[in-house]
Amino acid sequence: MKTKLEVKGLCYSYHTMEGETQALLDISFDVKDGEFFVIVGPSGCGKSTLLSLLSGLIKPEDGCILIDGVPREESRAVMGYMLQRDHLFEWRSIFSNISLGLEIQKRLDQEAKKDLAGMLDTYGLSQFRDARPGQLSGGMRQRAALIRTLALKPDILLLDEPFSALDYQTRLEVGDDISTIIRTQKKTAVLITHDLSEAISVADRILILSSRPGRVKNVIPVTFAPEYDRPLARRNAPEFSAYFNQLWKELRDHD
Amino acid sequence: MTEPSLSQKEFIAKEKQHKKQVRICRGMLLVLLLALWELCAELGMIDSFIFSSPVKIWGCFVKMAGDGSIFLHIGITLLETLASFFLVVVIGVGAAVALWASRSLSEILEPYLVMMNSLPKSALAPLLIVWLGNNMKTIVVAAVSVAVFGSILTLHTGFAQTDPDKIRLIRSLGGTKKDILTKVLIPSSVPLIISNMKVNVGLCLVGVIIGEFLSAKAGLGYLIIYASQVFSCEYRLIRKHRRKANAQHF
Ligand SMILES: Nc1ncnc2c1ncn2[C@@H]1O[C@H](COP(=O)(O)OP(=O)(O)OP(=O)(O)O)[C@@H](O)[C@H]1O
Ligand SMILES: [Mg+2]
Repeated sequence: MKTKLEVKGLCYSYHTMEGETQALLDISFDVKDGEFFVIVGPSGCGKSTLLSLLSGLIKPEDGCILIDGVPREESRAVMGYMLQRDHLFEWRSIFSNISLGLEIQKRLDQEAKKDLAGMLDTYGLSQFRDARPGQLSGGMRQRAALIRTLALKPDILLLDEPFSALDYQTRLEVGDDISTIIRTQKKTAVLITHDLSEAISVADRILILSSRPGRVKNVIPVTFAPEYDRPLARRNAPEFSAYFNQLWKELRDHD
Repeated sequence: MTEPSLSQKEFIAKEKQHKKQVRICRGMLLVLLLALWELCAELGMIDSFIFSSPVKIWGCFVKMAGDGSIFLHIGITLLETLASFFLVVVIGVGAAVALWASRSLSEILEPYLVMMNSLPKSALAPLLIVWLGNNMKTIVVAAVSVAVFGSILTLHTGFAQTDPDKIRLIRSLGGTKKDILTKVLIPSSVPLIISNMKVNVGLCLVGVIIGEFLSAKAGLGYLIIYASQVFSCEYRLIRKHRRKANAQHF
């Protein structure tokens, strides 16, 4: 499989009047096409910063990001960024929320509208087309946010703890749901999470970051027998706890 | 749409009943206060010459309505208030957006805005007459100056508190600063803008009346000044009479 995303020697620091905060130090990794890549690390280690860099919202201080072998700035690839909270706008209906990206890029034509309607149908939200976000449950909102991201047909999905605002039950369901959607669409995805079992249940590979300044500690490939290869099924697989213990140990080790 | 259930209907009926009661009580309170006022004046508990009474006010209104003068005055004040209100909203929102768009501009101007806002505008009004002349322009400018600085400060503070994550969202979808303005900033500030407008209508009216006190040939403020001058003459006369009467009595 070819490499979709390549990160080399990435560094980033935040500057304030109080001082400099080194967030990321010499981060290098690569993500294959269609891979589900998960990043875990202690709180404040720079995970969100890493995604902001990948999405281009902030510029790296050092190092480079290549997409399909081309530097990020020159690449035409579309990045879909899903933030921690859904940020559906209360003053817009669900439909006009999910079409926000297309509207901004002035690509909201009849064709695109039909596409969006199809997606609403697929993800079970079609009867909420004209509802306000407040009328949806947490899981539905998250699905609407995913449609908003997918509507731009991104080549790479960047997910910053997209399930962390949900309660445990919903989180399992939506996590399963959304990762299955992403897998069936064969999208390349980079997911950030705090939750180790969530990481193991969806990942192809897991990258472990050290505490601040974030450095790559290890990258662990995750493979399961085919009969277990769905997020909820993975949780019941015999390998699951072995992976969990390995991750746990790596995270706790202070080199 | 399906037929609403029985409990939903009950809920709506109850809610309507409640709203009706509130309306009735509001009306009754007004009638009660007016009646009390009238009664006190009739019974001589308050001096109806100073405090007037609802019946007298109504009489005066009917008299002024007869020759149409009251409508002229109300119309002029209303026109001036609306004109200044419109200007305050346009200038207020425009300036607040400009301040939001440029951090340096907002930091440079902030102390000046705070100072202008706390300046007593009624003290400024005589100057405005000198600058702009004794006309409607002065009155509108006076009213705008009363409301506009507070409006800019309030709106700018509100704009600055826009959720940074929502801005990130727009940027991650490829939006520019203009998209942030039209898709997040303005829509999310609608409640703020409306509540600010409510305050501004009142302030504009205050400003217009102050302006009319000083430089007008028509309008409610002019009427008030006119009445108080006439009144003070009459009042002095009456006091003289009463003193005379008292002197004769003893
Ligand atoms: N705008 C900023 N200005 C200054 N420092 C910042 C800023 N944003 C983040 N930081 C610092 O950079 C470090 C990394 O932040 P980041 O948000 O990337 O962490 P994170 O791994 O996503 O944390 P969490 O797991 O809590 O979401 C943190 O220690 C934080 O204090
Ligand atoms: Mg984070």
